[in-house]
Amino acid sequence: MTPSAALAPAERALGLIGPDLTEKSLRLHLEGLSGIDAVGLEERAAALGTRSIKTTSKAWALDTIIRLVDLTTLEGADTDGKVRSLVAKAMNPDASDPTVPRVAAVCVYGDMVPTAVDALGSAHGDPDEGNISVAAVATAFPSGRASLAVKTLDTAEAVAAGADEIDMVIDRGAFLSGNYGLVFDQIVAVKEACRREDGSYAHLKVILETGELNTYDNVRRASWLAILAGGDFIKTSTGKVSPAATLPVTLLMLEVVRDWHRLTGERIGVKPAGGIRTSKDAIKYLVTVAETVGEEWLQPHLFRFGASSLLNDVLLQRQKLTTGRYSGPDYVTID
Amino acid sequence: MVGRLAVPKTYKLYIGGKFPRSESGRTYEVLSKKGAFLANAALASRKDARDAVVAARAAFGGWSSATAYNRGQVLYRIAELLEGRRDQFVDELVSAEGLSRTAAVKQVDTAIDAWVWYAGWADKYVQVAGNGNAVSGPYFNLSTPEPTGVVAIVAPQSGGSLLGLVSVVAPAIVSGNTVVVVAQQSAPLSAISLSEVLATSDVPGGVVNILTGSPAEIAPWLAGHADVNALDLAGAGDLGWVDMQITAADTLKRVIAPEVGAPAPSLHRIVALTETKTVWHTKSLI
Repeated sequence: MTPSAALAPAERALGLIGPDLTEKSLRLHLEGLSGIDAVGLEERAAALGTRSIKTTSKAWALDTIIRLVDLTTLEGADTDGKVRSLVAKAMNPDASDPTVPRVAAVCVYGDMVPTAVDALGSAHGDPDEGNISVAAVATAFPSGRASLAVKTLDTAEAVAAGADEIDMVIDRGAFLSGNYGLVFDQIVAVKEACRREDGSYAHLKVILETGELNTYDNVRRASWLAILAGGDFIKTSTGKVSPAATLPVTLLMLEVVRDWHRLTGERIGVKPAGGIRTSKDAIKYLVTVAETVGEEWLQPHLFRFGASSLLNDVLLQRQKLTTGRYSGPDYVTID
Repeated sequence: MVGRLAVPKTYKLYIGGKFPRSESGRTYEVLSKKGAFLANAALASRKDARDAVVAARAAFGGWSSATAYNRGQVLYRIAELLEGRRDQFVDELVSAEGLSRTAAVKQVDTAIDAWVWYAGWADKYVQVAGNGNAVSGPYFNLSTPEPTGVVAIVAPQSGGSLLGLVSVVAPAIVSGNTVVVVAQQSAPLSAISLSEVLATSDVPGGVVNILTGSPAEIAPWLAGHADVNALDLAGAGDLGWVDMQITAADTLKRVIAPEVGAPAPSLHRIVALTETKTVWHTKSLI
């Protein structure tokens, strides 16, 4: 792509950068973003992680975490049965306690979407109304190494099968070699593939795979790029690369989202995924969200945890709070 | 010339093969029989007990699936290391319990002998406690004792701190259980020294977890903990142990009642912390 080549006309980018939206103008914008003070960012994240959350606040935090979880199974060995049991757990996380809220969504591979939709039945819908969404990973997850035609077909199939949310991966190779325009155009194309027959769009979560982006500056650029191209959510990781979600990276992405909100009044979601296994860790994320973008972000349309083993730990903590005794892994499901 | 300053030892907990301080940051003073300051020991909290149970549960899979022969060898090796540290244990018992040197030597020797005695049972208790049952059909019917899981122990609070600890820990781990043990409150130092022996032996981290502090504070949490499978109340005679037994019954724990002093070596203590599995095998193709 030549530097002067025009990019796909994404509404947000046109609004921010202007009508002459080209590879060059996008690059100038992204590389003009101020650098990150890495030490300051990590210290800020560490400081936010030291809050002690107890009793009623902890009970509220645990229920909020459950409501924000994208319960995930992304294994090569996934079967229909496994997805059905995942859905059963999403609808009723703790069989011994019906007061436990439902999770926000189940996250599966694209070919498992019909199974998940079928298993959810009437519970399939908007998490704001107490229902559960179906999220599908698409675009040659987790590597993203496929042609654009394959990626958009992958996405369109999942949407047609009933996916409410699409988790796409960006082409990290293209991003790291400075080919921002290619990444931008692909996100715009995938966003278009999220369009349903009735003209509405499936929510698009853009996975930056921060563990492969190497620097905080790159994470900030990728976040801006994903938002400008039309992402509804920016998501840290696939969960297949280490390090996955970390608190400093999530804080940084939340800051970008905060800046975008100040600039345009528009709210973008953030989803840390991978590596969040304990309630204690998850509560640190809640604190970070509340302190960075505000408590209004603590709702399923604006913040999610991508997790599988986190839910069990939260349930154990919840049982401890309700019974006053420590619980054990025999009292939650084996995933 | 200025005399050399002694370097006092920091006594910490033993959880998951590591020596952490108490999560609560608390310590208590350990005094000699005559009231002189000996050391600061960690005063474990309920969260330390929780962490210890997590470590014990994580270690259970590996330890219980090790072969009986292997477990026996590991336990013998501990006895060898105890033997090598005899003088240290004797010195500690003399200062902490106010024993005469002869009495301290006798306690250490008895403890090592008890350890060897239990180690010998590793590959034998199944044969003695298990059974081939007679059934009216073409089947083998076999009952074998298997380790029950995580055992929480209140170590004897009198009758020798080292001997008491050895007498409750050895019978629990010999069958493949993992333990969380609350050491004798008044004389915890030999328990921590024993954990140093365990840490340098072949016992995987987490098989034995040692907490120092108040059994009255920690034991009720262990009794109620849903991930603890058995409760040995050897040293809980003064603690309202009946309530703990009732709490333990809510989660179907095996419970061993308190005793006075260090329990004498017995096969009963091994078998009480196992559960019997009975299997049927067809006799065809003989």
